Amino acid sequence: MPSSPAPCITASALSLTFATNDGPVHALKDVNLDISKGEFVSFIGPSGCGKTTFLRVIADLERATGGTIVVNGMTPHQAREKRAYGYVFQAPALLPWRTIEKNVALPLEIMGVGAAERTERIARTLALVNLKGFEKKYPWQLSGGMQQRASIARALSFDADLLLMDEPFGALDEIVRDHLNEQLLQLWARTQKTICFVTHSIPEAVYLSTRIVVMSPRPGRVIDVIESDLPRERPLDIRETPEFLRIAHRVREGLRAGHSYDD
Amino acid sequence: MGVTGNPGPGVAPPMTSLRAKFLPVLTIVAAIVALWYVAAIGMNAPFQRDQNSRDGVSPDAWTFIGQTLTQPKPTMPAPHQVAENLWKNIFTVKVTSKRSLVYHSAVTLSSTLLGFLMGTALGVVIAIGIVHVPALAKSFLPWVVASQMVPMLAVAPMIIVILAAIGVTGLLPKALISTYLSFFPVTVGMVKGLRSPEVMHLDLMRTYNASKTKTFIKLRAPASLPFFFASIKVAVAASLVGAIVGELPTGAVAGIGSKLLAGSYYSQTIDVWAALIAGSICAVLLVLAVDVARVLAGKAMGARPA
Repeated sequence: MPSSPAPCITASALSLTFATNDGPVHALKDVNLDISKGEFVSFIGPSGCGKTTFLRVIADLERATGGTIVVNGMTPHQAREKRAYGYVFQAPALLPWRTIEKNVALPLEIMGVGAAERTERIARTLALVNLKGFEKKYPWQLSGGMQQRASIARALSFDADLLLMDEPFGALDEIVRDHLNEQLLQLWARTQKTICFVTHSIPEAVYLSTRIVVMSPRPGRVIDVIESDLPRERPLDIRETPEFLRIAHRVREGLRAGHSYDD
Repeated sequence: MGVTGNPGPGVAPPMTSLRAKFLPVLTIVAAIVALWYVAAIGMNAPFQRDQNSRDGVSPDAWTFIGQTLTQPKPTMPAPHQVAENLWKNIFTVKVTSKRSLVYHSAVTLSSTLLGFLMGTALGVVIAIGIVHVPALAKSFLPWVVASQMVPMLAVAPMIIVILAAIGVTGLLPKALISTYLSFFPVTVGMVKGLRSPEVMHLDLMRTYNASKTKTFIKLRAPASLPFFFASIKVAVAASLVGAIVGELPTGAVAGIGSKLLAGSYYSQTIDVWAALIAGSICAVLLVLAVDVARVLAGKAMGARPA
C-alpha cells in the first residue's frame, strides 16, 4: 500500500463514451482508481485502451460521461482553474519562436508571476532537468531529448504538485529514453510530486513506477493494478534483477489477459 | 542560399550564390527585352509602312526596323524609348516637377500606404472576429468574399464621387479603395493564421487555464505571423492597384493613374509605358519592404536560418 495515504486522484465508476458516426466508442468504462500523493503511477496498454483519455480527463481536457473523478479534492475543472497540475505531452510542444527560458516562462507569464520570481523559477527548473546553459537557445537548436526535458521544466515551473505525462519519451531513441528515465526518477525523488505517466513500454513502466495500471481496449478498462516492491533507489541495471523481471512478467500477463494483442 | 541546395556555412563562396541568384533573373529579363523588341517592330510596322508609302520612300530593311523603333507615338514603344523616358522623368527633372515620375509615384505611394495600413488593420480585426466568434464565421465571411466580386473599376468612381459630395477629397478616397482591395487577403490569411496553432499547443494553453486574450497574445498571434506576412505581400500589391484605379476616374492631376490617363488621352504611349514601369517599380519596392520586414521579424523570433 502507498506510504502516504492522502488521496490525490480518486476515480470511481468513471466512464467516457465518444459518439462517432460508427456508433459510440467506449474510451473508458467503469474505471476505479485511487492515486495517493507522492505516488508514481504508470498507465500501460495498447493504443485505444484509454490511458491517454484517462490522463486527459484528470486534466479536464476531456469530460467524463459517467462516474466521478476527484483531483486534489476538486473537480478536474476546478483543479485546472487552480493550475493544480503540469502536463507533458507526447511531443515537446515548445513554442518555436521562444527561447528555452521563454518557453519555461510561458505558464508563469500567463499566471501573472512577477519578473524576479520568474527568473528564479526558470533557473531552478532548468537546473532540475539539467538544461543549465541552454536558456538562450531556440527549440530547433536542441535535440529531441533536450526539448522534452525543457517541456518537463515548463510543466514544473509553476510548482503544481501533480505531474501528468503522456508518453513523454515515446518518440525518443532507447538510449536517450534510458537516460531521461533515470533523470525523471531523480527529479521525482527531489520534488516529491505525484506523477501519472502514460507509456506503452513495459520496462519503462516497471522501472519508473510505484504502481502500474494495466489497461485494455474496447472498452477501455483497467485489467490489473500492480504494486511495485522495487526500492525507490533504482539504478538502471535493476532491470536485470529477478524482482524487476517478475513485475514485468506480470504486466505482460495482464496485457495478454486483456486480449490486447489478439486483433 | 537556398538556390544551390544547402551548403554548409562558409562552404560555397558568396560569388557563386550571387551568380546563382541573379543569372536566372537576368536571363529572363534579356529574353523579355528581346521579345519586346520583336513585338515593337511587328506592331509598329503597319503604321510605318503606311507612313513610308505616303512619303513615297522605300527604305531597306535595317532602316525600316530603325524607323519602327523611333516613332514619336508608337503603337508599342521600344524598350530603349521607355528607358529614355524613365531616365528623363526620374533623374533629370526636379522631383517637385509635374513631369517627374518620382513625384507621381510618391503621390500614388502615399495613398497606397495609407490604404494598405487601414486595409491591414481592418483585415486583422475581421479575422480576429471570425476566429473568436463562430457566428461571425458563418454570417460574415460570405460577405467578405462577395465584397471582392464587385468590379472595382465600376465602384471606384462612385466612391470618389460620393465622398467628394460630402466633402471628402484628396488622399482618403483613393486610400479607401486601396483599403477595400487589401483587407480581403489579410482577412483570409489571418483567419488561417490565427487558426494555425496545433491542437497540442491549444491544449497546453488550456492546462494553464489561459484566457482567450492570453491565448491570443501568447499563441495565436505569434503563430499567425508567417501567414500575416504572406497576406500583406498580396495586400500591398492590391493596395497599389487600388490607388492607381482610384486616380483614373477622378481627373486626378497627380499620381501614376493620372499619368496613365493623360498619356492615353494624348496617345503618349511612351509616357503610358513609362508610367506603367514606374508603377511596377513601386510594386517591387513595396513587396521588397514587406520581405525585409518578414526577415527581420523572423530573426527576432529565432527562425531557423534557411
